[in-house]
Amino acid sequence: MTIKTVKDLQMGLAEGQFSSVEITREYLDKIKQVNPQLNAFIHTTEDQALTQAEDADNLIAKGKSQPLTGIPMAHKDIFCTDGIATTCGSRMLQNFIAPYNATVIEKFNAQHAVMLGKTNMDEFAMGSSNENSYFGAAKNPWDTGCVPGGSSGGSAVAVAANLTPAATGTDTGGSIRQPAAFCGITGLKPTYGRVSRYGMIAYASSLDQGGPMARTAEDCAILLEAMAGFDRRDSTSMQQEVPNYQAELNHELAGLKMGLPKEYFAEGLNPEVARGIDEAITEYQKLGVEVKDISLPNSKIAIPAYYVVAMAECSSNLSRFDGVRFGHRCDNPIDLEDLYKRSRAEGFGDEVKRRIMIGAYTLSAGYYDAFYLKAQKLRRLISQDFTQAFDEVDLIAGPTTPDVAFKIGDKTDDPVSMYLQDIYTISVNLAGLPAISIPAGFVNNKPVGLQLIGNYFSESRLLNAAYQFQQHTDWHQQSAEVQA
Amino acid sequence: MKWETVIGLEIHAQLATHSKIFSGASTAFGAEPNTQACAVDLGLPGVLPVLNSEVVNMAIKFGVAVNAHIAHESVFARKNYFYPDLPKGYQISQYELPIVGEGQITITPEEGISKVIGITRAHLEEDAGKSLHDQFTDQTGIDLNRAGTPLLEIVSEPDLRSAKEAVAYARKIHSLVQFLNICDGNMQEGSFRCDANVSVRPQGEEKLGTRAELKNINSFRFLERAINFEIERQIDLIEDGGEVVQETRLYDADKNETRSMRSKEEANDYRYFPDPDLLPVRISADDIQHIRDTLPELPEQKRQRYVEELNLSEYNADLLSGSRDIADYFETALAEAPDLASVLANWILGDLTGALNKSEMAFTESPVSPQQLAGLLKRISDHTISGKIAKDVFEAMWNGEGDADDIIERKGLKQITDTGAIEKMIDEVIANNPDQVEQFRAGKEKVLGFFVGQIMKQSKGKANPGQVNQLLRDKLKS
Repeated sequence: MTIKTVKDLQMGLAEGQFSSVEITREYLDKIKQVNPQLNAFIHTTEDQALTQAEDADNLIAKGKSQPLTGIPMAHKDIFCTDGIATTCGSRMLQNFIAPYNATVIEKFNAQHAVMLGKTNMDEFAMGSSNENSYFGAAKNPWDTGCVPGGSSGGSAVAVAANLTPAATGTDTGGSIRQPAAFCGITGLKPTYGRVSRYGMIAYASSLDQGGPMARTAEDCAILLEAMAGFDRRDSTSMQQEVPNYQAELNHELAGLKMGLPKEYFAEGLNPEVARGIDEAITEYQKLGVEVKDISLPNSKIAIPAYYVVAMAECSSNLSRFDGVRFGHRCDNPIDLEDLYKRSRAEGFGDEVKRRIMIGAYTLSAGYYDAFYLKAQKLRRLISQDFTQAFDEVDLIAGPTTPDVAFKIGDKTDDPVSMYLQDIYTISVNLAGLPAISIPAGFVNNKPVGLQLIGNYFSESRLLNAAYQFQQHTDWHQQSAEVQA
Repeated sequence: MKWETVIGLEIHAQLATHSKIFSGASTAFGAEPNTQACAVDLGLPGVLPVLNSEVVNMAIKFGVAVNAHIAHESVFARKNYFYPDLPKGYQISQYELPIVGEGQITITPEEGISKVIGITRAHLEEDAGKSLHDQFTDQTGIDLNRAGTPLLEIVSEPDLRSAKEAVAYARKIHSLVQFLNICDGNMQEGSFRCDANVSVRPQGEEKLGTRAELKNINSFRFLERAINFEIERQIDLIEDGGEVVQETRLYDADKNETRSMRSKEEANDYRYFPDPDLLPVRISADDIQHIRDTLPELPEQKRQRYVEELNLSEYNADLLSGSRDIADYFETALAEAPDLASVLANWILGDLTGALNKSEMAFTESPVSPQQLAGLLKRISDHTISGKIAKDVFEAMWNGEGDADDIIERKGLKQITDTGAIEKMIDEVIANNPDQVEQFRAGKEKVLGFFVGQIMKQSKGKANPGQVNQLLRDKLKS
């Protein structure tokens, strides 16, 4: 099966080279063949996909198609889908069927895109390796002994292994960018408030943001245009017009100022990854980009600040999973307390429990000021670092992760080393900025990701810079197809 | 030892919006369980709250009416605790930055005595659902219709010194929120609920005693009783060498006692923090001014107007402006009979209030409409009937026999003002009672009353009393 981008599929459908039903079948077959090895999907929605594809073909025949009509895609299993199970990677929601669609899903449905299935993820989006999924870890197609990254690992695997042309993900501390880097695809985390969070099961509400994962920056532009926009059901979504991202891709980069934060190239970064990033930056210089050393002095406090804020919010967000109205309920509870304790003890995995407990602790009387309030202050310092940096440069560049994909099981006993995976991605969430990870080479046959960070609502510029890079490199065209 | 009581009230006023505070579901009372709870009210995964802006306007109205500081930026916070009728495992409330800050209100616990009570704050929050414990054996039912209903929690300073003052304060707030049109005030349906923090301390002591929080009080009568019971309990306890513990106590109206519900040791740590799903509420000075300019007339303004423009007594003005229902009744009637303010006041606060109390009815349920009452009083004022006959007509109206004019016409109650007819009756009475005539002529003025009585009897009360008096005098003296 040849690799096709969303752009290729749009053109093929428009020109009648193939029908939506044909390509949908191809992807579904491919998933059937290799998903047992990769575990990218928690469930596929074959019947619905084919019905949607048929409808799409009818619309295309009538000349009534929209940009994503008939385009197959996969959704992270954190987006609620009406009538179709939404598990969030947890035993807690193993049998949960939402009675409504997330806004993001509605937007794709409105364009008659085709949903192939729901992708694997770390439980409740908590994790950087996908190993925290109740449904088993997804495998990195470049080396199935390695993790794909997380939490949107299933989506990254599905795109990298050509099981879908595109997928949605969510990013709270790096959950789109880190798996995109590990799997050699392009993943965009938009500005906080750019994409509606309605129907996207909350992990840390002030940090969560949905975004596109695809092979190319161009595809991400096409997808973001469909996903973005104000939603009256999400008070934190912004009343800001959605630009025509595709139209902005072709700007030349000459004169663009790119900042390299010294903190992102310091100790802890694999020197070979550093070399890959250096080469990517050289490539940008060839395109006329001016490179400048900058500093983000508060980077070192990002991880502790993040984990306090995220865990505090998650401890409250996950309180609704109490076994009373939906989700897992223990057998034969003897009383209310037993119902709560056992339903939650059985329904949640270890990492989720760890974060709920730490979060509840940081919010409790006597600790709130020392932890939560302090973390919010640090968050402002981190935002200020970026604001100052963007006075001098247009974009910030660096590695997405300190290293390439690691072996499954390598870090499961050491949460802190796992948390350090997000050292370059987390500040972006704390500040609410947009950032993109794009393929930038290989170390030991495993992909390296280059991260570009932009100012608020500068997705156009990020996609433009990523697109121009991909016009001059072929890292994003490398295939990790796995044979059955 | 002499003891001083210190009371602060926490009042939950349900805001009279059509839809809930963070969702579009209806707030109507009494629907089938769980039929008025949408995905947001159920706390389904992925849903988000969106603030109903109407509740903000209502809170500002209250704040302006009690001269409180309105926060230019206020924040919703999550109050975290587990309970089956709390769907999200947290209640969205306000903690550090409430919408309404310090204010005050003047109460009149007794005629002629007024006292200013401080209001600490008022904040917006969502109500929880209801747990139904007695409808299923060994199981608890949960009705989430009420979940997400908007509440304004009004917290007073510990300025109240007796159950009587507490009731006067609660009534004042109750009346105010109804005047403002922000709460229907229905205590039976739980639209207006009071919790009382009660403590005692030796007279002259500055330090506050340990307080108990009294819950589950759904009428002003019970509020007074619960507080009085609690004061006595605490004093007895201390005088017997015991110590008051800080706890929540439930009032049992059947037994007229308070019972411990949970003590402080078991108290929750609510882990409040700003709700990241909601933006801070920003209110401009213009918003506040606009609401101030469009505020309905408040009880205090009404009272003043009644005294100054309608020449009512302070006492009557106070009573008529004391509740929205009475004031509305009075003003509707007044619109029909603009010159009869004083008579209307007397009838509303006298005969009508008496009849309503006797039948345990509210002003809104009165069988005699304000228009009907005004119609009756107009007939007194134009001498169609006497005040005495008016009482009979009122009773007939109360029994649903129609408007005053119909009744007067049908029953032939029209006052006799024909001088000839009255003279005829007088002549007859004089002729039949020669002894009494003698007595009067001998200077015994009191006997005049006897003659008036006889004539009124003969005319079945319809003779104009003024005319009867005048004509009698003339005849007897001649």
